[in-house]
This record gives sequence, C-alpha cells and structure tokens, in this order.
Amino acid sequence: MKELFTSLWSQLETIWRVLGHTFAKTETVQYPEEKPYLAPRYRGRIVLTKDPDGEERCVACNLCAVACPVGCIALQQGVRDDGRWYPEFFRINFSRCILCGMCEEACPTYAIQLTPDFEMCEYERTSLVYEKEHLMIDGPGKYHDYNFYRVAGLEVEGKKKGEAEKEAPPVDVKSLMP
Amino acid sequence: MDELKIIALLLLLLGGAVGGAAVMTWFERRMLGVWQDRLGPNRVGPLGIVLVAADMLKLLGKHDWVPPFADRPVFIFAPTAIVVAMLLGFAVVPYAPNVMVIDLNIGLLFFLGMTSIAVYSVLLGGLASHNKYSLLGGLRSAAQMVSYEVFMGLSLMGVVMLTGSFSLTQIVVAQEGLWYAVTQPLGLFVFVIAGLAESHRLPFDLPEAEHELTAGFHTEYGGMKFAMFMLGEYLGLILISCMITTLFLGGWLGPWLPPLLWFPIKTVAVILFFILLRAAIPRPRYDQLMSLGWKVMLPITLINLAVTGAVALWIHEGGL
Repeated sequence: MKELFTSLWSQLETIWRVLGHTFAKTETVQYPEEKPYLAPRYRGRIVLTKDPDGEERCVACNLCAVACPVGCIALQQGVRDDGRWYPEFFRINFSRCILCGMCEEACPTYAIQLTPDFEMCEYERTSLVYEKEHLMIDGPGKYHDYNFYRVAGLEVEGKKKGEAEKEAPPVDVKSLMP
Repeated sequence: MDELKIIALLLLLLGGAVGGAAVMTWFERRMLGVWQDRLGPNRVGPLGIVLVAADMLKLLGKHDWVPPFADRPVFIFAPTAIVVAMLLGFAVVPYAPNVMVIDLNIGLLFFLGMTSIAVYSVLLGGLASHNKYSLLGGLRSAAQMVSYEVFMGLSLMGVVMLTGSFSLTQIVVAQEGLWYAVTQPLGLFVFVIAGLAESHRLPFDLPEAEHELTAGFHTEYGGMKFAMFMLGEYLGLILISCMITTLFLGGWLGPWLPPLLWFPIKTVAVILFFILLRAAIPRPRYDQLMSLGWKVMLPITLINLAVTGAVALWIHEGGL
C-alpha cells in the first residue's frame, strides 16, 4: 500500500522534472550553420606535409601503406638528383580509408598527418581517390620544427655522412688497427 | 436555417478535427523536443510546419498493399472503424453555450460507446493480418483497452451523480460554481489514465512501441491505412482531451474571455499534459499494466463511486 503512494509520488516528481526541462538550453548543433567543436588531434582528412625548409617530407618508405589496415595507400619511390627520396605517385583511396591514424603513427618523417576536417563529400565515387597534388599542403602541418633529413643518416646534397644533428662523424676502421 | 448552421458546424468540425490531428504530428514532435532538450523538426518550413504536408504526401504516395495471405475485407475495414468512431464522438461535445452538433441527453453514454468501438479496429487489424506478431500485439492491446474501459465508464458515474444527467451540456452548466476537477479528483485521475489506455498513448502504448513485437497490430499496414490508424489515434487523443475539459475542467466556463476561446485553451492544455506524459514516464511491462488496471484502478473507482454516492445522497436529503 505504501509502495503505491511512493511510486505514484515518484511518477509525479518525474513529470515535474521533465516539465522543468522546458527552460533548459537545447543541445542541438544546427549543422551546417553551426559546426561542432573538433579537437586539434581529431582524425579527419589526410594531408602530406612539407619541411620547415619547404621541401616535401615524404621519403616513400611504404611504412604507411604497410600499416594501413584496409590497404588504401599506394605509392612508388623515386630518387631525386640531390639524393633525396620522394614518392613518384602517392594515392589514397578515401572511399576505403577508415581515418584510423595508423599511417600517421607509422610515418618516420611526420609527412602524413590527419587534420580536423571531415567535409569530403563527393557525387562520384572515383573523385574520392586523392592523388599527391590533392593531398600535399604547403605547410608543416601539426609538427612545425621537424626536418627528417637533418637527423637522418642518409647522404644527400649538402650533407655528407656524419654531418646530421647529434651524429658522430664516421670512423675509418682501418685507423683502429694496432 | 438551423440545418445550415449544423451542416456548417459539421464541416468545420471535420476539417478542424482532421486538420488538428495532422498538426498534432508536428506539434507533438516539437513539444517532445522541448522537453528532451533538443529541437524538433525545424528545417522544412518556418519552424518546420510544412512537415505536416510532407508527411501527408509521403503517406499518400506509398504503395497501398494488402497482404495476399490476409483477410481482405476485414483488413481494409479495421482502420476505418477507429476513425469513424472517433469522429462521431466529436458530435456530442459542447464547444460553447449554443455551439454543438447535437445536444443528446445521453451524450456521455454515446461517447463511451464510441470509444468501445475503437477496440474493434485494434482487434480486427491484428487478427486480419495473419501474422504472429500482429496477432500478439492485437490481443494484448485489445485486452488492455477492454480492461481499462471498465473503470473509464465507472469513473464518470461520479460526475453524472453530482449533475443528475448524462447530457454533456448539463454537466458543463452544473460546473458554474466549482469545477468537477476539485470535487472529483479521483475521478479525474482514473479517467486520465483510462483515456490514455484507450487511445494507446504512452505509457500504455505497448501495441505500437517501437521496440515491441515489430510494430504490434499495425505491422502489416502501410501507406494510407497506416495513416488512418495514426489519424484515429490522434483523434482519440483530442477527443479524450475535449471530454476531460467538458467533464472535469468546466468546458466553456471562464472569466473574461468568450466561451469559444476557453474551450480550445483548456483542451490544448490537456493535450500538452498528455505529450508531457509521453516525454516523462517509462513504459510498464504488460503484466504490470494489467495488474495496475484491475488491482489498483478498479478499487479506486469503486471507492470513489461509493463515497460520491453517499455524499450526493446526503446533499439531496438536505444535509448541506
């Protein structure tokens, strides 16, 4: 009998509370007039970035293509005249890409990055395959100071073996002989 | 001349009731949004009102299919039963001192009869569909409606005793001094709950809850037939609100505004309360629902009847 009254009272209290919600602000984000807040590390559209010096970072090592769980990255390595490695073509199929960020984690040069942009709708499915000229941006992306070729050991024009940052010069092993 | 007035009122009522039920689809969704901290439909027109036309066009354009295994004449008849019964119920409601279609001196009994016919639509719809889920939904919902109808009628007997007549105009006039919501609170409470169960609204909408038994008795219905069921449900809601206003809230009585304005104001307030109930209350399980009806509501109604009868007799004998 008592639980009858307590349950009735709890129903009335619920009704009163929900009525109080008339004065609460609505949570709706009216897209596309208002955009939702995206964090800086939000995993959206993929870009290829450039050095602080203005050269492209990608060395076409294929680590991103191997790390990709759906296999949507295709690329081919080429060597430039100054010894730098570069991708001859770099293709990402965005109809397959799941925006997981494994490629960004695998990349040794911080070339490939994910940006907080998701508005990539197309009418044709073939327009979703982005080539290097669609992916490349002019800036360094999220990592402003990193220059791979300054810390790597590869010999390119302007830097011989042993001249990278934190690298010791090469030792002539024949001079170590007793 | 009198016939013309009645015909004009009938047409106005038909348009108003069906139009009102159509606008209810939009209004309910917006009010549910207000109470659930979100916006309802707001894109289609200013404030989303053109949604009514969009919904109507969609339902009109759907393929009106009768399943080949279903019982064809009964299948087609079932949705019409509820719409006809509810529309007929609007004929006895007094909207203003001289504005009503007909002043039956058994108006209340007529209304109770019409709501009983509404059970047919659910039962026949569920049975004619030749589908296990429709059958289960239809049976459950018919049992629920029939059980709650028992005390729907009984709860109104208190009002009838205090008035001394079944005529709805008499009942409104008898509330000049004090509304029956004050002298018959238990009657109001029971009638609200029974009315909710009759038009199967939340929290009693087990037949058509989104996750219950596919879709209950209207699983096999699509297009215009489904629209008729929804129309019947909203018409039932508006009719129950009109009856609550007439029987318990004083009908067209009120201080400064003309009577023709008071009636819609009170009816809309009751409809808002019903939409609030849909936003707020969880749905009970079917056995909890039935035991609530028989073990709680019926005793309350009988006690209310006995006490009101005793008080009415005492007043009649000259006690007050």
